[in-house]
Amino acid sequence: MIKKILYTLCLCLFLQINIANAGSEGSEELSKTKGTAEECFEGVSRAMFKFNHALDKAIFKPVAKGYRALPVPIRKGTGNVVDNLRSLLTLSNNVLQGEFGRAGNTAARFGINTTAGILGIFDPATKLGFEDQGKEDFGQTLGAWGTESGCYFVLPILGPTTARDAVGLVGNIFIDPIYQITHNTEIRNGIVGNGNYSEHNYYYYRGTGAVDFRAKNIESFESLEENSIDLYASLKSLYLQNRARKISNSTSIVATQDDSDWEEIEN
Amino acid sequence: MKKKFFIIIFLIFSLSQKSYGYSSDPKQFISEIVEEAKKILVATNSKEFKTKKLSEMALNTVDIKGVAYYSLGKYRKEMNDEQLNKYLSLFEKYFLKSFTSRLADYSDPKIDVLSIEVLNPKYTIVRSLLIATDKKPEVKIEWRVYTKNPDKPLIRDLIIEGLSLARTQKEEFASVIESNNGDFTKLFDTLKEFAAK
Repeated sequence: MIKKILYTLCLCLFLQINIANAGSEGSEELSKTKGTAEECFEGVSRAMFKFNHALDKAIFKPVAKGYRALPVPIRKGTGNVVDNLRSLLTLSNNVLQGEFGRAGNTAARFGINTTAGILGIFDPATKLGFEDQGKEDFGQTLGAWGTESGCYFVLPILGPTTARDAVGLVGNIFIDPIYQITHNTEIRNGIVGNGNYSEHNYYYYRGTGAVDFRAKNIESFESLEENSIDLYASLKSLYLQNRARKISNSTSIVATQDDSDWEEIEN
Repeated sequence: MKKKFFIIIFLIFSLSQKSYGYSSDPKQFISEIVEEAKKILVATNSKEFKTKKLSEMALNTVDIKGVAYYSLGKYRKEMNDEQLNKYLSLFEKYFLKSFTSRLADYSDPKIDVLSIEVLNPKYTIVRSLLIATDKKPEVKIEWRVYTKNPDKPLIRDLIIEGLSLARTQKEEFASVIESNNGDFTKLFDTLKEFAAK
């Protein structure tokens, strides 16, 4: 039953993406819509956003604040371990995007930090010249392959997404080595598996990553809440800009921001 | 008579230069603003003092009118002169409140100004880095500097980790207008309420 729902959801989302592709008229038109997306169902998304916001206030923010009370070396080490595990998903996507230079860098970072960095607690790779080049996921890979974002909506708990990125979330499960190791070990437990690698450890690691991220952004989010006249619209804008920037793999704002609007403003 | 006239012109020119008081070189201009902000944001200064000084700094260094027009997007062309004037007045109050509120909570920030990228004769991007602390990670900040008047550069946007504040504001404004069926007065009310908070 769950599988059927998942397949139906994927199909709907793929259709949304195709509609978005069919609606674009060449690269010039695409560049004008850089980092923008139509709403799928704004009313539902706004309601979901309110729900997530309340959940954040009640659970995630207090947990993040508690995490922040831990000594800096523990938080830094935890963040490093999570980032090190997460880099395997980045590696899969580097390869799928044909970014072999980046893939080499990610693999080297993982190898060095897992061994010399004691299971990723420390980050000697950066000191050796293998700098972190950013995270990748399957949504970004679809974007790099030329898939438009499709429409925008908000998922319960997981937050803002687009049709393309929601498909990416499902895709991540299939290409994330950590999920595959823990999932496959769980289902074969007792035959070839080891209980230490059971699937719930995957969710612990993802959950810890989310808490670490939230803890690093407590003040930024508070400032946004305080200074927004429409928080839903602010977060939508920031999410879409961030995804466009990540997909372009560029630090140049010329590549990630549409400059044409500024050109019209004369004083 | 001629001499007097030249002296007056010279005095006016000198005074106007002094009242601006910032470098015409975009990188130096941003470095000076950062230094000024550091002095204002010293932990021992009161929040009121910080707010007042930051407002003065913003009035001198940010192209508030340009940002106001940009934030309106396509709706700028749909407003008449009276609406536009009302909007500009409300926007300035909103902007100063938002700008000072975002920064006043910072104490002793450490920002390194790194490099520049000249996009065209009208725009230069200045790159800087907010140094990490125990609580906050390092943050890349890019400043979009409007250089149409090369003697008086002005800030038009802050791009934080690749995310444009002006663009976010523009999309927020559009959302407020669209969710009220294109009624600009709702945006005016929202800006007024925000500034009065």
